Amino acid sequence: MGAIEEISGEVMDAKERYKSGVIPYAKMGYWDAHYEPKVTDLIAVFRITPQEGVDAIEAAAAVAGESSTATWTVVWTDRLTACDVYRAKAYRVDPVPGTGAGTEKEAQYFGYIAYDIDLFEPGSIANLTASIIGNVFGFKAVKALRLEDMRIPVAYLKTFQGPATGIVVERERLDKFGRPLLGATTKPKLGLSGRNYGRVVYEGLKGGLDFMKDDENINSQPFMHWRDRFLYCMEAVNKASAATGEVKGHYLNVTAGTMEEIYERAEFAKSLGSVIVMIDLVIGYTAIQSMAKWARKKDMILHLHRAGNSTYSRQKNHGMSFRVICKWMRMAGVDHIHAGTVVGKLEGDPNMIRGYYDTLRENHTPMSLENGLFFDQDWASLNRVMPVASGGIHAGQMHQLITYLGEDVVLQFGGGTIGHPMGIQAGATANRVALEAMIQARNEGHDIWNEGPSILQNAARWCKPLQAALDTWKDISFNYASTDTADFVPTATASF
Amino acid sequence: MRLTQGQFSFLPDLSDEQITAQIAYGLKQGWALNVEYTDDPHPRNTYWEMWGIPMFDLKDPAGILMEINECRRTYPRHYVRVTAFDSSRGWETPRMSFLVNRPADEPGFGLVRQEGPGRQVRYTVRSYAVDRPEGSRYA
Repeated sequence: MGAIEEISGEVMDAKERYKSGVIPYAKMGYWDAHYEPKVTDLIAVFRITPQEGVDAIEAAAAVAGESSTATWTVVWTDRLTACDVYRAKAYRVDPVPGTGAGTEKEAQYFGYIAYDIDLFEPGSIANLTASIIGNVFGFKAVKALRLEDMRIPVAYLKTFQGPATGIVVERERLDKFGRPLLGATTKPKLGLSGRNYGRVVYEGLKGGLDFMKDDENINSQPFMHWRDRFLYCMEAVNKASAATGEVKGHYLNVTAGTMEEIYERAEFAKSLGSVIVMIDLVIGYTAIQSMAKWARKKDMILHLHRAGNSTYSRQKNHGMSFRVICKWMRMAGVDHIHAGTVVGKLEGDPNMIRGYYDTLRENHTPMSLENGLFFDQDWASLNRVMPVASGGIHAGQMHQLITYLGEDVVLQFGGGTIGHPMGIQAGATANRVALEAMIQARNEGHDIWNEGPSILQNAARWCKPLQAALDTWKDISFNYASTDTADFVPTATASF
Repeated sequence: MRLTQGQFSFLPDLSDEQITAQIAYGLKQGWALNVEYTDDPHPRNTYWEMWGIPMFDLKDPAGILMEINECRRTYPRHYVRVTAFDSSRGWETPRMSFLVNRPADEPGFGLVRQEGPGRQVRYTVRSYAVDRPEGSRYA
């Protein structure tokens, strides 16, 4: 499947081009099949579903236009500017494999669009996104539109702080190396008093977890106001630390209705000696960047819960891929982000999740269509983000989790800790023993994917809580087909 | 109590054979192994005493195990840990850390609370063993 041939081109005669009226975007200069993206260009690839009767190239040009300088009609004021520089340029349109004529799906196209770096304010995710996902997603000429991936030029990346702490420094501060970190979300999410809530935190940490966590919607409600939660949680953290001799933490969620309140809560968390605070994605890009700066300045780790992302990242034809969120959040500067488990209860194709994890953790990610990565991406020494795997996972899946996700990840077993038949401490111990046994076996050269169940069984012989966990959840799995998968043909054409 | 710092503290103490396998893994990754010991296991005590410098040029697991055993013989009542340093760009940090020796009796830590205004408490984690001078803290 090759790139679509050029069918229309820019009107070169200036007088003709700027005559009042409406001309196709492709003819306005938003399509250039011969354009070679510069190393400083930002490139976006969109999945475009044109309205019936709208040509794919014109649709791509329209997306380029509406996400950069264009309005619906010709304006003479363009001629006061170096307008060719500011026009985004669609330069390549490929049909999406498995769509269009002869298939059950309506025609979709991958449109590649290059943007000059001067279109964007340095160090501002808000400005970047106002262009790239601003007006254009409501544009009538496309039936649906999805931002699949972006290549961010190094020059632009260098205007961002990046993760406040990063994997390397987080591990050094926590004094925890060579294994995934373990966490759990306090359950029930809602309704516990501060005192009862802290009990869950203490039990989980003493039993062997590194972190406990507030859930995304625990802020300051009638059943538990935030100061009460913070005070009890820090008692639990310190008591567990003394009981084990390990550094422990609890992600105190500082999400609030205003930025002032967020800062107030974060400062209080810091003053109590917490090593980490937490925010939700729904607070918005600017608030996230502000908190990343705050966290860098205050030596705090910043955990981000991706609350809300599935409203726009899950469906394949419209919205944006989660890998783009991962890129923006690494730039914005969070240290942790929930990025899928593969085996748990939430959406997650193994290859897609590999793409997210690589995007968060690697210094350089090569193009890999299989994993949904459309471009080579150099991360320009921005810190690594620690992915968090959370949602419907349990100790019996430890070999699968480590195989899929590696060791630089926080594995969060909420129900899988608190729902343990012998209690929360036992649940935490089961998870920690399963984790350490699996890392030990992996390092010894065992094939943990195949030997995993017997490795767990062996450890369960001397660890009763692990035996109970394996017995309780042995048949639990969430085998549903993924919604968001890669569309690619393994033998790519020369145009790739 | 049982100090649970390090990668494998929830497992039974590692045998020499198991320690050797972990060393071999670290060496295979190109990391340099190092042995450290302390009798002040406070979770924020970052700098344990070094048993020599990291063994950048020693690639034989058996040789490294000999150093570990030498350290354990000299400090049988100390905590001893093995750390693997990764010098590759973008990491340049420890990648493994696990205990290979612990005192027979671990009294653990107390939590000292200093009450402040507004129900705030300043916490200090204090090792019961450090009341005695360095070198004579564990039986």
